[in-house]
Amino acid sequence: MSTKKEDILCYHCGDLCIDNKIVADDKLFCCNGCKTVYEIFSENDLTCYYDIQSNPGSTPSEISGKYDFLANEEIAKKLLEFNDGKHQIISLYIPTIHCSSCIWVLENLNKLQPAVTASQVNFPKKTVRITFKSEEISLKELVLILSSIGYEPYISLEDYTSGKKAVDRQLIYKLGVAGFAFGNTMFLSFPEYFQVDGFWIEKYKYIFRWLMFAFSLPVVFYSGWDYFVSAFKGLRSKVLNIDVPIALGISALFLRSVSEIVLDIGTGFFDSLTGLIFFLLIGRFFQQRTYSFLSFERDYKSYFPIAVTRIDKNKKEETVQVYEIEQGDRLLIRNGELIPVDGVLIYGNALIDYSFVTGEAEAVQKISGDKLFAGGKQQSGVIEIEALKSVEQSYLTQLWSNDVFQKDKVAAFQSLIDRISQRFTIVVLLIAFISTAFWLYHDPSKALNVFTAVLIIACPCAIALASPFTLGNMLRIFGQQKFYFKNANVIERMANISTIIFDKTGTITSNKKAEISYEGKELFKEEGVLLYNILRASNHPLSRQLYDSLSEEKIIKFDSFEEITGKGMKAKFNEKTIKVGSASFVNYEENNNTFQTSVYLQIEEEYIGKYVFQNTYRKGLDAVFESLGEFSKLAILSGDNKGEKIRLEKLLPKGTTLLFQQDPQQKLEFVKQLQQKGERVMMIGDGLNDAGALAQSDVGIVVSENINVFSPACDGILDATQFSEFPSYVSASKKSIKIIKWSFVFSFLYNITGLYFAVSGNLMPVIAAILMPLSSISIVIFTTIATTYVGKMLKKT
Amino acid sequence: MSIIYMLLAVSVVVAIGFFVAFIISVKNGQYDDVYTPSIRMLFDDELVKEPKQKKTTNIKNQN
Repeated sequence: MSTKKEDILCYHCGDLCIDNKIVADDKLFCCNGCKTVYEIFSENDLTCYYDIQSNPGSTPSEISGKYDFLANEEIAKKLLEFNDGKHQIISLYIPTIHCSSCIWVLENLNKLQPAVTASQVNFPKKTVRITFKSEEISLKELVLILSSIGYEPYISLEDYTSGKKAVDRQLIYKLGVAGFAFGNTMFLSFPEYFQVDGFWIEKYKYIFRWLMFAFSLPVVFYSGWDYFVSAFKGLRSKVLNIDVPIALGISALFLRSVSEIVLDIGTGFFDSLTGLIFFLLIGRFFQQRTYSFLSFERDYKSYFPIAVTRIDKNKKEETVQVYEIEQGDRLLIRNGELIPVDGVLIYGNALIDYSFVTGEAEAVQKISGDKLFAGGKQQSGVIEIEALKSVEQSYLTQLWSNDVFQKDKVAAFQSLIDRISQRFTIVVLLIAFISTAFWLYHDPSKALNVFTAVLIIACPCAIALASPFTLGNMLRIFGQQKFYFKNANVIERMANISTIIFDKTGTITSNKKAEISYEGKELFKEEGVLLYNILRASNHPLSRQLYDSLSEEKIIKFDSFEEITGKGMKAKFNEKTIKVGSASFVNYEENNNTFQTSVYLQIEEEYIGKYVFQNTYRKGLDAVFESLGEFSKLAILSGDNKGEKIRLEKLLPKGTTLLFQQDPQQKLEFVKQLQQKGERVMMIGDGLNDAGALAQSDVGIVVSENINVFSPACDGILDATQFSEFPSYVSASKKSIKIIKWSFVFSFLYNITGLYFAVSGNLMPVIAAILMPLSSISIVIFTTIATTYVGKMLKKT
Repeated sequence: MSIIYMLLAVSVVVAIGFFVAFIISVKNGQYDDVYTPSIRMLFDDELVKEPKQKKTTNIKNQN
């Protein structure tokens, strides 16, 4: 975003100040919300906030009544991490945390509210953990304070049901143990490698050997245990995965080393053994790192509120947990709140935004008696509904009972490494047996030695490292380009895609303003004034959008004005009547049914023209389709009506499937059908209405205008600003698979060199100790350089 | 030369000491968030200086 010189930015949030009228302490603010936050800070000696980073704040939003449910003790109990009656601890997710000023102010909360005894921010996760005296301040008050300074926490049904998550630190422990043992065994094995004084080493070598043995025990039986488990699982399901040769290598190393020191025939390979496991775990650690501030496992629970307001028989309002809503309950839904259950509208002006559920871009108006579905967002005023079903039985939430949400995509996918290890393991075993047979014939004393040596040297350490380091690096490079993956495995799956399906609304169209075009007679100045004023009086979203697009006119007062819900508006001025609304409202008959969203205008019983609302497609969409079409089939699945069909047909390559008015279940089925035909499907969507298809597809990508806002469960989140770069990301994923293949070639070369020593019966521990780290490190260096290069190419485009 | 036993014992004990320290630090969650502390430590100085300065200007402006 570029700003002109004369533009003045809000001192608090950095937004543009439109009318330079809101001033405090000689500082300009864009709105009263920002000014209030500034005043709170300056009264409490917290203006240091603005010194750490300029324009750090975010505007507080209207929240009256929104957090009443926190006063409910049952609900509060579920959210609190700790509660002893005097002190309470809570961890809150605050999406607006974005800079160091945020950390500073949130950790100095006790200046604002002395009842807060401690607060600690976790920046990558965007959470703050607050300890407060519950006798002096309630949880609700605490949340209101946070909201008033622009740090509104996000509390959803998910926080209520999931409970406290334990942090998994297993891998760090295992890595720590392996690294510790590796370092020590290296030192202990040196004396025998460089034995100068024969007498000295003869006397003390036993203590060195048994110490090394002691160090290797936790490495094999704790750090490396996962490889045995995984190999065993693979064998049981008759798959030779990469962990089979690794487990073989580890056991061969361990058993041979132990027997060598027991029988006093050598030093064993303890250093290679611990080193091998250490390197393998580093690879695993590298691959495991992911984006803690994003969640890829969201379902409807992270969108739904914890509680709603119920009106009981005596017309009293009470807060009730959404799972406790029963059929027949009367609920109060405020402006901007989500309808949690299917219900019937009883009272109020309902304008429901279903974009969440169906992808339909436009909010629909409902009158009392109409059925409302869960997941819709009320957009104008307060309504009252009667629940027809419970939360779990509602139309939208039922989608989540589908089996696809339990599917493990990583386990189902056969990766490159799995395919290679199948053959690799067989070849290694063959070489081992043939060479053993050869030595049994020539020199039986060496046979066992050769057999174990082959297993040791063929242990595919370098192969096992190639993929985690390449993909882990690519994951980071993609992250810098604002394309975030759930795990490294997704990159490999993405490289294999044969069909790409797009959702329409919000995915290939932008959520921001629609393009409005006018068709009809030219408007006189006077008529323009009438139109401007009639739109000004209406709250319908289309009226608002059209109003915003018109140039400013003088304001007049109508003689009469009437708004007919669901139809349009009628007004009179100086004996002139003007009607604005739907086609039927102005008695205009459309010749061809275009399904386009339009607003019709009639003045003095004469049809004047219409304003057509068209979606704005994302920049570079045609180029994206063109380059993706080169290597994959394309399709569009939209929940919206056919209005845009003709425009889309022009944009897309011929023969592309275009399906409209698809509900979430249909989208899922469509993906499933393609997969049954053998297609590998990538689904690109944006909302809950795509959730089923995203889960069913091989790769589900969510396009998001703001990555801090929740996205449904998926494999990757793409920042909408990078949408035009999408094809180059797909080709980068293909390149990374090539890098992995090349590393395989290199590591095979190492293996062949090693096998020469092994088969000829000359494998000295020192050779293994040099060869193994050398091959691993060179693979790591190669993949790092290669992926950095691919990343550089990405940045250039 | 039997001092070697002594040296080995000491080196192993020292190594285990560090290892235990590492395990404890992981357990206390030191590795859960490796980013925020790096920013937090930069705040300490400003905290002492700034508030006093600002206070006077604020009072002036408000009156």
